Amino acid sequence: MPERTPSQTVGPFLHIGLVPAGYAFREVFSATVADPGIAGTHIRIEGRIFDGEGNVAPDAMVEIWQADHQGRYAHSADGRPLTSNSFRGFGRCATDKGGFAFDTIRPGGVPGPNGSTQAPHINVGIFSRGLLKRLFTRLYFAGDPANAADPILALVPADRRDTLMAKPDPAKPGLLRFDIRLQGKDETVFFDA
Amino acid sequence: MQDTYSRAGNAADPAYLSPDYMSTRARAPKQPLVIIPQTLSETTGPVYGHADVRPEEADLTTQHAGEPLGERIIVKGRVLDERGRPVPNTLVEIWQCNAAGRYIHVVDQHPAPLDPNFTGAGRVATDASGHYQFTTIKPGAYPWRNHPNAWRPAHIHFSLFGPSFLTRLVTQMYFPGDPLFPFDPLFNSVTDEKARQRMVCRFDLETTKPEWALGYVWDIVLRGSNATPTDPDHA
Repeated sequence: MPERTPSQTVGPFLHIGLVPAGYAFREVFSATVADPGIAGTHIRIEGRIFDGEGNVAPDAMVEIWQADHQGRYAHSADGRPLTSNSFRGFGRCATDKGGFAFDTIRPGGVPGPNGSTQAPHINVGIFSRGLLKRLFTRLYFAGDPANAADPILALVPADRRDTLMAKPDPAKPGLLRFDIRLQGKDETVFFDA
Repeated sequence: MQDTYSRAGNAADPAYLSPDYMSTRARAPKQPLVIIPQTLSETTGPVYGHADVRPEEADLTTQHAGEPLGERIIVKGRVLDERGRPVPNTLVEIWQCNAAGRYIHVVDQHPAPLDPNFTGAGRVATDASGHYQFTTIKPGAYPWRNHPNAWRPAHIHFSLFGPSFLTRLVTQMYFPGDPLFPFDPLFNSVTDEKARQRMVCRFDLETTKPEWALGYVWDIVLRGSNATPTDPDHA
């Protein structure tokens, strides 16, 4: 059997190939996961990535993967029909000094292990210079009653769960904040699946 | 709950903290990762392929008015999973510096010339048998500031999706016989010698086009699902 190709960092020049609008190469991806016509509660997620020295990482990339408002993934392993064929559930955003921002919808709960239901969440991948492989975390919605029964949150030490919670910005309706800390105090929980 | 995707092959990847690569020191997480079961959120993933690429995006030498300087090359291979099955119709994105070792990127300050005829970005989707092919120029080596007199071996960045969130891979393809291998902390962040060699392409005379371009072959192996091989829709 062939053996796996190892991961390597995206490096500091990832924009040329992955977020290339600034280099006159056609963009395939965007940070808009759901156009206004897509059913569901529309939200904007903003956040910054901090390194262990407390500095904002201005050269990272965030990818998100999520279900639609009914909790269905646009993928054959799910197989349940989606309300909209144009919802693909994926977004990509390079970070700058101001961080990243996605326009999307709040996903529904999705099936979990052993007949459970997972609380609404968004899967988050982080790539950057200094990351030799992707970091993977989840964004949950602070205050959602379903969080209490989520089988994945249950695996996270209680005092670290707060690092996974997107929180509303009191000043801006519809805006959720989700900062990611790679190291140090309040380090974000990252997963291994 | 049984894993859909094997975890054993993850051992080939570098650790997050690889101290010789300075940037990992402030960016590698210090807490252990939380191990979770593979749920529908992980066994599904973004689906991007033929509909998202244009044929001309596979040729990095024809994106401008003139031809880029450098050694024209063809890079081709197959995308497979670790059970040897082809990964069809999946997006492959690449980026690289020019023949002089300079990226078009705004933060690259290496005093080597930019090439007005070279951007260094390409994309292609694998065919039904997992084959991909690019035409480009051989990238140069370039210095970086990781340590005194640090130089990166020539490489092309590759980004792949595969069939799920767990099969996502970003890596770098290196060229055979590069004298900079022993000195490169990124190449050597992969601690297993055989695994390092899997990042190196091979020269191939059959792929080489007479009077036109040298040929290199590089197969890429992604995480594989435990699903039976006769069930490609759920691979």
